[in-house]
Amino acid sequence: MSAQELGNEIYTLRVNGQSHPVQDAWIGESLLYVLRERLGLPGAKGACEQGECGSCTVVMDSQAVCSCLVMAAAAVDTEILTVEGLGENGSLTDIQQAFLAAGGVQCGFCTPGFIVAVHHLLDSNPEPSEDQIRESLSGNICRCTGYGRILEAVKIVISKRDAS
Amino acid sequence: MTTTHPTNTSTRAGTLGTNAYRPDGVAKVQGGFAFSSDMWSENMLWGATLRSPHPYAKIISIDDSAALAIDGVECVVTAQDVPGNPYYGLIMSDQPVFAAIGDTVRYCGEPIAAVAADHPETCKRALAAIKVVYEILTPVTNPQDCVSGIAPQIHPQGNVYRHQRIITGDQSIVGDVIVEGTYEIGMQDQAFLGLESALAIPDSGGEGLELYVATQWLHEDRKQIAACLNIPEDKIRLVLGGVGGAFGAREDISLQVHTCLLALKSGRPVRISYGREESFYGHVHRHPATIWMRHHADRNGKILKIESTMLFDGGAYCSTSPAVLINAITHTQGPYKCDTASVEGWAVRTNNPPCGAMRGFGVVQACFAHESQMEKLSVALGLSPVEIRLRNVMETGDRLITGQIMDSVAPVEQCIRETDAIAMPEPLLPNADIRQIPGGTGLTAQPGNIVRGVGWGVSMKNLMYSEGFDDYSTARCRMTDGVVSLKFATSEVGQGFTMLAQQIARTILGVNEVLLDTIDTQVGSAGSTSASRQTWMSGGAVKAACEKVLEDLFDHAALTFELSRDHVRIEETDIVDILSGRRIAVSEASKGVNLDRTEEYHHPPTEDLDENGQGNCHVAFAFVAHRAVVDVDVELGLVKVVQIATAQDVGRILNPISVQGQVEGGIAQGLGLAVMEEIIVKDGKVRNPSFTDYLLPTFLDAPLVEMVLIEEFEPKSPLGAKGVGEPPCISVTPAIANAIRNATGRELPRVPIRPYDICL
Repeated sequence: MSAQELGNEIYTLRVNGQSHPVQDAWIGESLLYVLRERLGLPGAKGACEQGECGSCTVVMDSQAVCSCLVMAAAAVDTEILTVEGLGENGSLTDIQQAFLAAGGVQCGFCTPGFIVAVHHLLDSNPEPSEDQIRESLSGNICRCTGYGRILEAVKIVISKRDAS
Repeated sequence: MTTTHPTNTSTRAGTLGTNAYRPDGVAKVQGGFAFSSDMWSENMLWGATLRSPHPYAKIISIDDSAALAIDGVECVVTAQDVPGNPYYGLIMSDQPVFAAIGDTVRYCGEPIAAVAADHPETCKRALAAIKVVYEILTPVTNPQDCVSGIAPQIHPQGNVYRHQRIITGDQSIVGDVIVEGTYEIGMQDQAFLGLESALAIPDSGGEGLELYVATQWLHEDRKQIAACLNIPEDKIRLVLGGVGGAFGAREDISLQVHTCLLALKSGRPVRISYGREESFYGHVHRHPATIWMRHHADRNGKILKIESTMLFDGGAYCSTSPAVLINAITHTQGPYKCDTASVEGWAVRTNNPPCGAMRGFGVVQACFAHESQMEKLSVALGLSPVEIRLRNVMETGDRLITGQIMDSVAPVEQCIRETDAIAMPEPLLPNADIRQIPGGTGLTAQPGNIVRGVGWGVSMKNLMYSEGFDDYSTARCRMTDGVVSLKFATSEVGQGFTMLAQQIARTILGVNEVLLDTIDTQVGSAGSTSASRQTWMSGGAVKAACEKVLEDLFDHAALTFELSRDHVRIEETDIVDILSGRRIAVSEASKGVNLDRTEEYHHPPTEDLDENGQGNCHVAFAFVAHRAVVDVDVELGLVKVVQIATAQDVGRILNPISVQGQVEGGIAQGLGLAVMEEIIVKDGKVRNPSFTDYLLPTFLDAPLVEMVLIEEFEPKSPLGAKGVGEPPCISVTPAIANAIRNATGRELPRVPIRPYDICL
């Protein structure tokens, strides 16, 4: 798609396996803004606008990205996965279940970003060491839990997947 | 995690003492939970706030004509649009809704106007188009100048928020050993992730409105909003928008009045959502403080006398500064016996950012000073950090420096001994993963330069509000044809009160399903979600309402099923007549029954301090000990906190995983204050209002936490539990500082400890 066509402010994003036309968008809008305010997908959260906190984490073509740093119009022709795209028919994934069982959720604002980041981590490295878990998730800030229960949740998932 | 003396017997899922599931949990992991920043309404406008770039300046003129001419801009509001009280504030109504022409702005970031427009970007353009002419004045930025009186008065209500002393005992006492120091605590930010956000929806008649807002205290917000809008409180309904953390920063008004003014003027729903930079300007922070402290001890290490002066910089507006100061000075002694003290405290007004509540509320600052002093006493007396503390531990029945008698469970000695018994971490291996050494993946630390240190911190923290304030809570319990529902105005900010409320109802009423009504102002006040008080206060209210409903149910069941009214009780999900042994399921007994009770819980009254700082000013206390192990690269000044061992006095444990989460989360915030978190203010201006420059602990910074929960039923507490939110973040900061001192041999009188404090 050419820049001129983008100037028409109509483009299509592929999110969670579906095509979403984006209409009347301002060209500078971030992917985070478009997901939340135009596509009705508020799961990704905005908390820093600088890619420091990871609350807005989505997966774009198999890469975990901060959607606040991606211009929405530049995400055309990519496959985007948000927290809303996890779990079949409203069911919880094993990672979501583990967050609840381990107490990894308090205020919950960082949670969708963490859930997406953990899915991405375990998809790319099913058996991370504790140091690897900590490093992989160090781009996601949680202010409530001190990370202990989140670490526990990730360990639960790894051991359960191992057992099965 | 281990616990001492477990007191819970029920194992039925979701009752008190079990790891119940959060009612908001599924929505939160699926991304569907509606935070206040997710609120949306048909025909909604976006709002934004114009703020002063100067810390102190007189406003000569405001011209909004160019902003109003921008396509998509709906309206602008300024001070002249405020129909009621032009000021607000929690303790003192001294903060302008908007700084007015002819008046002054008193801090950098003070609101001057707000706009409503069709898109956030339009709002930004409109703000840039408003022309404000300032006469720039020289800001008062040194709080000491307000104590000495040389600073010009910057507010009609003066530059001193509160001056209070505590004096008790024989002041002529001189110790065998005397240690002293002057300590500084930097300005910490609560840094909740869920930014300030509110949606105001005006009534069709324009007489009132609904406000969906993330706040800690709906009714207090409503009171202040109603006064500013000059609208009766019953015309304003506040509904709790999903709250993404609070930690004290949502106790004050921020965008509430602005959002309402824009909605009333435009006649349309308006949402204001702050960005991170604006959030740093939009809420109060932890007070920076300078504390001088001198301890006198005998040669056995017994503390004989403490002298202290404390200076808290409250910034431009009052917020809760007087209460923060009182918490600080009344916790001068920490969790130690002390008969003689002389303390003088000041909280003053400057042109720095306003400061108010943050987790720990004044006790954090006092604790950093007294635990730094305990380290010095330990060194001066040649006693171990554990021994010097054990020789002074407070016990139930002790007289505090305020004259108040400690009547809470006070297992200070047990906190220290249990912490001491926790195994030390393994030594740092020469081939340790780089993620475990100071500097981490920055690859900067040289293993040969890493020194390990160990440090201690022990603290006492008051629970609930103090000094005569009746911070009651209200709850309503209904049982309709077997269905139980609860209503309260308690702010759920992430701590899990909604889960606890369900646990209480399940346990008392013998039901499994408990519905939760909307959290709003359509029921009496719950007081604030702060001061570690909601488990005790709103827990007490929910318990009282459920118990009333249970009595009514027993009345009904005794008549209907011919049970002995005086001998019925709940066992699991049955009503049991212990005389006859008959059991009736609660689900059966409650068929067709409609019960409805609303109850208030009030804690025992407290009183003001007198001019000598004497008085029963606090309700109850909780205690905790922390031991920190750190690795320090002494060449580069880098610190890795390896392990925090802790034993905390928690009363009865109502939800083990929740307590664990509070402890670990509090420790991370205390670690932040110890080594990385500070709002840097220069000449009245914040230099780092972003998450790029204000550093928060990440997953890699979080230490291994080993905890023991000291479970001892607190008889004064309605559920036997103590608040657990604040204690974890208090003494962990000096524990880490003492560990770094232990590793480096430096005094390090200031937190956060910066690399150059260690290596230069």
